[in-house]
Amino acid sequence: MSGVKFVEEFRDGAIARGLARRIADVARGLPEVRLMEVCGTHTMAIYRNSIRQLLPENIVLISGPGCPVCVTPNDYIDRAIALARRPDVTLCTFGDMVRVPGSSSSLELEKSKRADVRVVYSPLDAVDVGMQNPGRKVVFLGVGFETTAPTVAAAIELAAAKGVANFFVSSAHKVMPPALAALTADARLGLKGFILPAHVSAIIGVVPYQFLAVKHGMAGVIAGFEPLDILQGILMLVEQVAEGRAAIEVQYTRVVREEGNPRALALLERVFQPCDAEWRGLGIILGSGLAVRAEYAAHHAEANIAVEPEQTVTHPLCQCGEVLRGLIHPRECPLFGTVCTPETPVGACMVSTEGTCAACYKYGARLEEGHNHG
Amino acid sequence: MCLGVPMKVVEIDGDMAVAEITGVRRSISLQLVEDVKVGDYVIVHAGFAIQVLDEAEAEETIRLLQEFGVQSG
Repeated sequence: MSGVKFVEEFRDGAIARGLARRIADVARGLPEVRLMEVCGTHTMAIYRNSIRQLLPENIVLISGPGCPVCVTPNDYIDRAIALARRPDVTLCTFGDMVRVPGSSSSLELEKSKRADVRVVYSPLDAVDVGMQNPGRKVVFLGVGFETTAPTVAAAIELAAAKGVANFFVSSAHKVMPPALAALTADARLGLKGFILPAHVSAIIGVVPYQFLAVKHGMAGVIAGFEPLDILQGILMLVEQVAEGRAAIEVQYTRVVREEGNPRALALLERVFQPCDAEWRGLGIILGSGLAVRAEYAAHHAEANIAVEPEQTVTHPLCQCGEVLRGLIHPRECPLFGTVCTPETPVGACMVSTEGTCAACYKYGARLEEGHNHG
Repeated sequence: MCLGVPMKVVEIDGDMAVAEITGVRRSISLQLVEDVKVGDYVIVHAGFAIQVLDEAEAEETIRLLQEFGVQSG
């Protein structure tokens, strides 16, 4: 058991087989139990570790809208491309946004045409870019869920405190509970429970999910990202279903506290306010976005930098929306693996490393021998 | 996107720290967490420690999991 502490311990094959046997024991005799993971990192881990193959046939895992890049709609990408085309703008973003295709271009393509597009590791790095380039408008693309949004909020506060007037954020941040409510309401999915996101929950804690159990009778377990975390999370969910219970439980107790992270939540509250937001595949969900508060309007990209994005069009055969809603498996999309591959992506789900289609393309072949394609 | 990596805090300087994983060191912000000490493990996301890892809870989870390994024979 060498390597990084608290990582290797959660990847033991013998324990994984023990957990799988226990899941099969508890699931025996149950009707089909459909569970959804709503975090792209879970999706990747489930594919990479062939977790579906370890499960009995009546436990079905479905991938939901868990990749923030994937759920960002085309018109936001087109707007980002229009920003990058302005000669006075430096666009900073996390790496996985760069290759996402908009209507007719991508940030990567614009960069090849000499647009100033930079990949940063932290939003604070983008503030540094602003300080070092006072003659340019530096825009950071704020894409992410509750895990990422506080780091962007911290960057906005820092820019305000240091008077970095040329730093702006274009916020497409989204919050998870309203999307969970929308998925719960979709009877076609027939869900019994959710594998709830790990690091979103490190920020928001347990309480924001309670409505799932109390109001909708849905089981929920906040699970970590290592294979044993996910298997134990599935076991906890199946136990709830077998016992006729519905509760929000925490498997990932080493990181997630009941109250979440109060400092991060206070920062979110200071800098952002809830707004309605459009999700690729799910449409507009009330109260599911985070807009920059008026107090920080000086750092709000949309309020300060005018652009004219092109007319947004989406490939007519792209099924990202259906994939993100868990209604179809990626292989049911006519573009999958032929026109749309990680090298030549058509839809966002094939671009991001956490996208369901990318995970299926990279690791899915192993599953074809098994069952349980979810 | 929401991937966070457990890293060990090896130096602290005010709100900033140096954290390490498998020999790789990174400068991180401690602005979002409280009461971090050198030697603690933190979950790092986008240059920020977003939560301190509770070592006792980690050991307890590992102990529980190992029971499944024993049962599987």
